[in-house]
Amino acid sequence: MSDNTIIKVSNLIKTFGSTTVLNGVSLDFERSQVTCIIGASGSGKSTLLRCMAFLETYEGGRIEIEGQLLGYVENQGIRQRASSSRIAETRRNVGFVFQHFNLWPHMTALENVAKPLWLTAGCSRQEARERGAAALEKVGLADKLSSYPIQLSGGQQQRVAIARTLAKEPHIILFDEPTSALDPEIVGEVLQVMRNLADEGMTMAVVTHEMGFAAHVANRIAFIDQGVIAVEGKPRDVLLNKDNPRLVRFLKNFFDRNNFVAA
Amino acid sequence: MDFSVLTDNWPQILNGLVLTLKLWLGGTLSGLALGLLLATIQVNSIGVVWHAIRGYSAVFRGVPLLIQLFLLYYGGPSIGFVLSPVAAGLLGLTIYSSAQFVEIFRAGFESVPRGQIEAARISGLNRFQILVHIELPQMLIIIVPSLVNLFVIMTKETAILSVISIPDLTAVLNGIGSTTYAFAETLFALAAFYWILLECVTMAGRVLERRASRYLIR
Ligand SMILES: Nc1ncnc2c1ncn2[C@@H]1O[C@H](COP(=O)(O)OP(=O)(O)OP(=O)(O)O)[C@@H](O)[C@H]1O
Ligand SMILES: [Mg+2]
Repeated sequence: MSDNTIIKVSNLIKTFGSTTVLNGVSLDFERSQVTCIIGASGSGKSTLLRCMAFLETYEGGRIEIEGQLLGYVENQGIRQRASSSRIAETRRNVGFVFQHFNLWPHMTALENVAKPLWLTAGCSRQEARERGAAALEKVGLADKLSSYPIQLSGGQQQRVAIARTLAKEPHIILFDEPTSALDPEIVGEVLQVMRNLADEGMTMAVVTHEMGFAAHVANRIAFIDQGVIAVEGKPRDVLLNKDNPRLVRFLKNFFDRNNFVAA
Repeated sequence: MDFSVLTDNWPQILNGLVLTLKLWLGGTLSGLALGLLLATIQVNSIGVVWHAIRGYSAVFRGVPLLIQLFLLYYGGPSIGFVLSPVAAGLLGLTIYSSAQFVEIFRAGFESVPRGQIEAARISGLNRFQILVHIELPQMLIIIVPSLVNLFVIMTKETAILSVISIPDLTAVLNGIGSTTYAFAETLFALAAFYWILLECVTMAGRVLERRASRYLIR
């Protein structure tokens, strides 16, 4: 494994009760690479991302974050759940942005960003506030530090959530449909922030239905289907793929729905 | 009416009053702490532990405080568990209120959206930090009315402590009443005390409610 692999997923198996959602997913995330993950609803995109942050346990295969097995410790081939402090340490450098923002409503924008810093990063309150303010400035919210989430638009809330993730200076950020809960006219402001991050070299894994973003910002697209990564490659190659009938159908469905004017 | 019986016996009355307040606050606050502890354990466990705590809460909520006090004070010694009246009263109030606090806190925990807990976990907060900084402040807005209500109920419940010969305000005033025959004056004073206490608790509750809901004001 090269030193540039931030997350290595190999042969990942995840089941919910008797349904196997991920059945041998393998995917490496290299430094500064932007990977978009696409697939039909229910195909397991969120599940994959959540496993990579150990928000879900997994039954088989490996997820390594910068070389460390995530969530488990192995002793002579026997796998046991790692302690929660160990898990926290392993995913220290992983950021996660949720579809529904998941801001803490009883804290201001600045507190949402700064509080985890002084609780976990061992910096003083003052330092945390400064770093938090800087992160909010970066996403264009320098004037909203003392607003509560309820006072912000969806796009602004999602940008606060991105700032909260940025503040911990992650090595990779996982985005689970970050714009799906937003009104169409404010999707752009969030995508712009993400595009800036990509330009700065942030490693990103993005589950999205924004094909424009996938086509123009991603270095790679992975199509997940029937529990595996069915197609993976350069955006152009994947979006113009003719070989995988299920991908062709997925893309056709998608473009039919979105380009009804042209159709 | 002649209120001189009250002024004549003020040191005794003051003692009773202080004891009532101590038992009420002591019992309810320990009940709150115990209830929170049990609810925290309950929402983090499944199976036997979950049902055991459920059972605890059901039993001690269902049995009237009067009977619990009798069991503790008169029944305790037969199994080698001897308590002073005040200790039995304090323990009774603690157990009785904790059984109701468990339910309030459990509902509170369940009201905090999962996603917010996940965001906290991925932000690196540990279980305790999540409890203190995310779950408690947020559930507060939902549970403050029930909490205040329970404090109010508990003030009234203290009035029966005298049945196990605790020299609380009720016992003191009843004693004075039956020796001086000034029943009306003493009972009137007792009623006034409870009324004032309730008003204070309710007022404090309103302040707390406003504070807890600050962040919901646009
Ligand atoms: N906690 C859970 N318990 C049981 N089944 C679940 C759970 N979470 C997800 N699933 C199932 O796993 C499958 C994959 O779900 P997942 O949310 O990962 O899909 P997705 O690709 O993200 O879909 P969408 O595009 O709708 O977000 C679905 O069939 C879903 O019903
Ligand atoms: Mg999903």
